[in-house]
Amino acid sequence: MIKSLTLPDPDRDHIVGSADALTKLLEYGDYECPFCGEAYAIIKEIQRRLGDDLLFAFRNFPLTNIHPHSEHAAEAAEAAGAQGNFWGMHDILFENQAALDDEDLAAYAAELGLDEARLIREVTASVYAPRIREDFKSGVRGGVNGTPTFFINGERYDGTRDEEHLLNALTPQSA
Amino acid sequence: MSTTTIGSRSVLGPGTRAPDFTLRSTPDQSVSLSEFRGRPVVLAFYPADWSPVCGDQMALYNEILDEFQEFQAELLGISVDGAWCHGAFARQNKLHFPLLSDFEPKGAVARAYGVYDEKDGTCERALFVINPDGIIHWSYVSPIGINPGANGILSALEDLKVQRGTTVAT
Repeated sequence: MIKSLTLPDPDRDHIVGSADALTKLLEYGDYECPFCGEAYAIIKEIQRRLGDDLLFAFRNFPLTNIHPHSEHAAEAAEAAGAQGNFWGMHDILFENQAALDDEDLAAYAAELGLDEARLIREVTASVYAPRIREDFKSGVRGGVNGTPTFFINGERYDGTRDEEHLLNALTPQSA
Repeated sequence: MSTTTIGSRSVLGPGTRAPDFTLRSTPDQSVSLSEFRGRPVVLAFYPADWSPVCGDQMALYNEILDEFQEFQAELLGISVDGAWCHGAFARQNKLHFPLLSDFEPKGAVARAYGVYDEKDGTCERALFVINPDGIIHWSYVSPIGINPGANGILSALEDLKVQRGTTVAT
């Protein structure tokens, strides 16, 4: 069960940063979406700058009809997560959005030193499809209307998705 | 019966009978609203085919057809684009629900629902959930540049199901 549609759930979600961080950023994204690919680099830089002051969580929102590789890519990230390296796969997928065939996914698993056969077996058997659907449905009910959609401390961010604007929105305003 | 006025137009609101229509869904097929009596219908008016894909409203709805089907609801997209244009757009995005052409006379159905944008000559981004008896249960007009998502539709369908809980056939 997902506790909140718009806030990271450290007990369930894949998170980076401290669970006690003041600023909580939740992304709903799709590994084959070019706009998510652009956002990926920006988020990386923001994470570098904010460090542990930022809690970042990622939920899957694959638009499978327009992005035919998005479902298996999401499942590969989850399968890597089951082997303890969700974020490694997450990064490789966004850095290689044009190469997301099953063979590519297997190669990335090998590159990360994961059990490649297990990962492909789990992806082929759709082991993590229910979790991805749960992510997707929580996004739909939380107000996600496309990808990427960001929620900052539970509020949907509809502003410009460049580093300056996002960083500004993510920096706690002093009282 | 209620209406919401936007500028000089009046958007049909809850309690209003949904005006019937017959529109082309393909160059040689037509769809009438009255065909769906007995089931909820979701009408999604949108400005134009071929808006940027990742944030596209129709692409999103295409991904949640299962959820609409859980309510036995039929989803119909409507814009003033022609049937051939709709066909190409639906193929490109692998859409699995009908897109209707409010093409001739242009925008007549959108006008009847109070969601025609005279200035741009397109439909507004407007959503209607129609109950199984053909009465509007919920309507919403989104700012034109903002994809309204699906949460409002799903909430309206849930609400409708609860309201009609004792009468819905299973």
